Amino acid sequence: MKVVNQPVRKKDAMALVTGKPVFTDDLAPKDCLIVKLLRSPHANAMIRSIKTDTAKLVPGIEAVYTWEDVPKNRFTMAGQTYPEPSPYDKLILDRHVRYVGDPVAIVAGETEEVVDRALRMIKVEYEVLPAVLDFRKAKDNEILVHPEEDWKALCKVGADNKRNLCASESFGEGDVDAVMADCEVTVEGTYHTLANQQAMMETFRTCCYMDAYGRLNVLSSTQIVFHARRIISNALGIPKSKIRVMKPRIGGGFGAKQTVVAEVFPAFVTWKTGKPSKMIFTRVESQTASTPRHEMEVSVKVGAMKDGRIRAMDIYVLSNTGAYSEHGPTTVELAGHKSMSMYGSLEAHRFNCDVVYSNVMSAGAYRGYGATQGIFAVESAVNELAAKLHMDPVELREKNLVREGQRMAPYYGEVTNSCALDRCLARTAEMIGWKEKYPCRDMGNGKVRSVGIAMSMQGSCIPFVDVGSATVKLNEDGYYTLIIGAADMGTGCDTILAQMAAECLECDVDRITVHGADTDASPYDSGSYASSTTYVTGKAVEKACLELREKITEKAAGMLNAKKENLTFDGQRVEDMTSGRSVTLTEIGTASMCGNTEALVSTVTNSSPFSPPPFMAGAVEIELDKETGHVEILNYAAAVDCGTVINPNLARVQAEGGIVQGIGMALYENVQYDEKGHMLNNSFMQYKIPTRMDMGSIRVEFESSFEPTGPFGAKSIGEIVINTPSPAIAHAIYNATGLRFKELPITSEKIAMGLQSL
Amino acid sequence: MTIRMILNGKKVEALIPDDMLLIDFLRDRGCYSVKRGCESSNCGLCTVFLDEKPVLSCSVLAARADGHKIDTLEGLQKEAEEFGAFIADQGAEQCGFCNPGMIMNAIAMFRENPDPTDDEIREYLAGNLCRCSGYEGQLRGIRAFLEFKKRGGAS
Amino acid sequence: MLRFREYVKAESLEEAYEKNQKKSARVIGGMLWLKMQNRTIQTAIDLSGLGLDTIEETEEEFRIGCMVTLRQLELSESLNAFTDGAVASCVKPIVGVQFRNLATVGGSIFGRFGFSDVLTLFLALDSYVELYRGGVISMAEFAAMEPDRDILVRVIVKKTPGRVVCLSHRNTKTDFPVLTCAVRLAEDGRNLAVFGATPARAKTYPVSEEWLQKFTGADEEKKKVMAAEFVSQVPTGSNIRAGAGYRSHLAAVLFRRGLTELMEKGGSRS
Repeated sequence: MKVVNQPVRKKDAMALVTGKPVFTDDLAPKDCLIVKLLRSPHANAMIRSIKTDTAKLVPGIEAVYTWEDVPKNRFTMAGQTYPEPSPYDKLILDRHVRYVGDPVAIVAGETEEVVDRALRMIKVEYEVLPAVLDFRKAKDNEILVHPEEDWKALCKVGADNKRNLCASESFGEGDVDAVMADCEVTVEGTYHTLANQQAMMETFRTCCYMDAYGRLNVLSSTQIVFHARRIISNALGIPKSKIRVMKPRIGGGFGAKQTVVAEVFPAFVTWKTGKPSKMIFTRVESQTASTPRHEMEVSVKVGAMKDGRIRAMDIYVLSNTGAYSEHGPTTVELAGHKSMSMYGSLEAHRFNCDVVYSNVMSAGAYRGYGATQGIFAVESAVNELAAKLHMDPVELREKNLVREGQRMAPYYGEVTNSCALDRCLARTAEMIGWKEKYPCRDMGNGKVRSVGIAMSMQGSCIPFVDVGSATVKLNEDGYYTLIIGAADMGTGCDTILAQMAAECLECDVDRITVHGADTDASPYDSGSYASSTTYVTGKAVEKACLELREKITEKAAGMLNAKKENLTFDGQRVEDMTSGRSVTLTEIGTASMCGNTEALVSTVTNSSPFSPPPFMAGAVEIELDKETGHVEILNYAAAVDCGTVINPNLARVQAEGGIVQGIGMALYENVQYDEKGHMLNNSFMQYKIPTRMDMGSIRVEFESSFEPTGPFGAKSIGEIVINTPSPAIAHAIYNATGLRFKELPITSEKIAMGLQSL
Repeated sequence: MTIRMILNGKKVEALIPDDMLLIDFLRDRGCYSVKRGCESSNCGLCTVFLDEKPVLSCSVLAARADGHKIDTLEGLQKEAEEFGAFIADQGAEQCGFCNPGMIMNAIAMFRENPDPTDDEIREYLAGNLCRCSGYEGQLRGIRAFLEFKKRGGAS
Repeated sequence: MLRFREYVKAESLEEAYEKNQKKSARVIGGMLWLKMQNRTIQTAIDLSGLGLDTIEETEEEFRIGCMVTLRQLELSESLNAFTDGAVASCVKPIVGVQFRNLATVGGSIFGRFGFSDVLTLFLALDSYVELYRGGVISMAEFAAMEPDRDILVRVIVKKTPGRVVCLSHRNTKTDFPVLTCAVRLAEDGRNLAVFGATPARAKTYPVSEEWLQKFTGADEEKKKVMAAEFVSQVPTGSNIRAGAGYRSHLAAVLFRRGLTELMEKGGSRS
């Protein structure tokens, strides 16, 4: 392969490193109305009255809207394929506010200053209600987060608003109780993970304006232009034909922008006023009124034999979706599908879950999407099992891990067509120096160095659901335009899709220009999430390019007056093998624009019945200060099987970035609420993400398998990489201290105080 | 109030509200490389030079720039391109939103310490957050750039 | 953010003082803390035109202008030579270079913030605050006062012979400290420990020669016990960064480590 598997520079790289104006707020019209929200100070309250008249009189104020002014059709902000599994439980503004930060009023005005002044002048009288702040007490609580009659669930996910249930599901195979009873050794525990913030550097933001056709144009930092169009249509009660959604460069997403967090507010303002508007979330809003990871409590039981054969797993998850349903029913299942399936040895498994509403900010999609939480629990339990069996945890995994060709019962019964998990594990152990370093060594100065390990998997799409499409067309001069609806959020999908196109079309990647995503111009794509772009949209690109090659050859056949079957296309020219005559691509491109009747353009839509999992192993070496409890990350080693690596640089940086996010989750990213439901870690001053001094040295290698259903053998990389740090670090901490932590983050305080009480 | 400064090498005079922040002043004047990632002086995205020193423009009053020299990435395009190419060659620019601030501060570091160790790099750039890259690729890019400079700028 | 109607670049300390007597006025230091406040004031007073941005060294003392930045402290060869690098190691974990290029000594000290590394450090040094009206008072006295409308002109550090070390524990490398601890062993016997971010503002505790002698002679385990006993007089509390119990534990650990470090570096206390 010439272009695929090459470390091609990202197409937008130079614009980004030189600071060109390519993001939403750089491109927003200069005369935009500034849109801001008045937010609820209460965790649960009904608005008795709301006075906006003085606010409206502030000079420069264009409009103030309250619950009385907005459509009354409930919708979900979750960016999912219709019918969304997330129940419809949201209004643009609701009389019932359900968390501290829930929108109460929309204010639009000429400047930030006047909008701020108007916000202060709105007088709201609340009837403050008792709130459900402990998600463990939410199910069947007499306080209902969604008592309203017009709440509705489109899919059968076990949701029941009269029980505070956003979902209640189960799956399994085999007789877990019987197998478990037959096991010689079992371990069980309950693992608690918090609502981590994606904390992408660019907060949520959207600008809107009306075009010459009276249509609402929405320029937004989103991963999901097409879902956003539907959701805005649902929220505003206007036809989809009246809406166009586009995305410019995106300053990071990690799933946060798979939910329509900001869009509906400026969309409503512009639709009502006809004027351009924009809404830029502050960091405080991004921290307190957004869509973090679902807080989960994962109870896991693992059954094994003394020889280390793992035979059964049983999982119950309690997931906290917060005030609204976004991604509640779907994240939770992954905690089971994508944790237990790493163990090919299972004879029986069972998964049950409840997803509950509570009066905190709604959760949403965050890289890993439930798998992260489940893998923390399962991998921690397996490490505990190894200790109980007096077995090396690497060896225990080698005995049980899923191998190529094996059926993964908890993973929809799919068979692994490609799996190098065994190689990943072996290589990771080698990279970290497992044999020499496990479990720990005392440094003699109150510090101890130790290692920890974990495995991880994810999917490569939502099978039978996700849709990826590509349009590729030949232009004059023989260059191509690739039009996609997938959203490059910095990860580089524009570039890797262009690499695939260049590979198929046998040209330099510079000859492919990429356009997207724009609901008016792009072919339909469900969007960039579920690790699906490389796998699903990539395959669409491959197919579209192969189809276009046929059309190019056909066109050339006409030009050369030759038979198509005698022609070859080498990317530069089409040659008639019988006569030796040829036409160049430029000539074909030019000919396609004069007297032509065959469009040299192909659009292919792709969906997959499979979601081949990428696999990886990650291992950490830490130095732990036994007095302060401080954990210094020294080394992190990971070997990843994402199938064929389309772009080694971009895949590597995906892995490194995901690992560092995972380190933050494991050690200090903390979401704390006070007793009234105020989120305390509401800024980068209080919510600490890793700096470059906190992450030690990270090494990533690839142990590729070949996925026959993927483009060029590729699987996904985006999400899997966040899953190993929490269990691996918890394991290393155990190996250093003998303390087993089952709740994240594992702060230095917990470690030091734990050691004190030994 | 009226302020005068040298912005990216050009004399600028402007009438501003007394409480305007430098970041807003700069973006109003088309310096879109200057980004806001937080409101608490933690992220480093808004880094500009005030009399050659890297500062957080979100925390500087535009009034305080009066009589001083301000540089943003718009005024350092050559250096940004030269160094940025090494970040790009690692794929470490990722979403790019934090890049201008990081690149400004890296340029400040190169000027102050042309031959930094890895630890000195981490320390100098500690105030530049990045959520995408995991920093390792940025470090590789910086090292490659320093090597390139050591060889006299030839590849 | 902070809104104000009028920006005044003071032309004299007198002018700054006069303007600052109104409740609706504020002196701005580095603006890092102030700008996050959600309030509107009338007048912002800037002292940056008064030449108070230098570190002067005389035979007896360092005179640090209120507008000197934390970065200047960090890079000051003379201050760091005198403190054996304690100044630099104290300020380095504060956010980042760009932040420290703005944050001022005056702002850091005047705010008397609970989390302040800088206040912890200066309390451990033989240092004083020069106020425009209030004259020169000791750092400890100033730290105990509530903010008033005087103007902090400079910080004075006497070259009293002694050795100082400044330690902190943080959840991440550049976060606010969970606890700060500075220890000073002085030639004149005025030994002391300072504990800050408890989470209350830093406070000084004397360490008697007698106690110190005992500590020096003790074995590691005894040292731990003695340190824990010593810090039992330091009140600690809880906030989002840590609980009181952990802070007390850390106080003992950092105090013992600080003392040990000073003694190991030791030799003559110069």
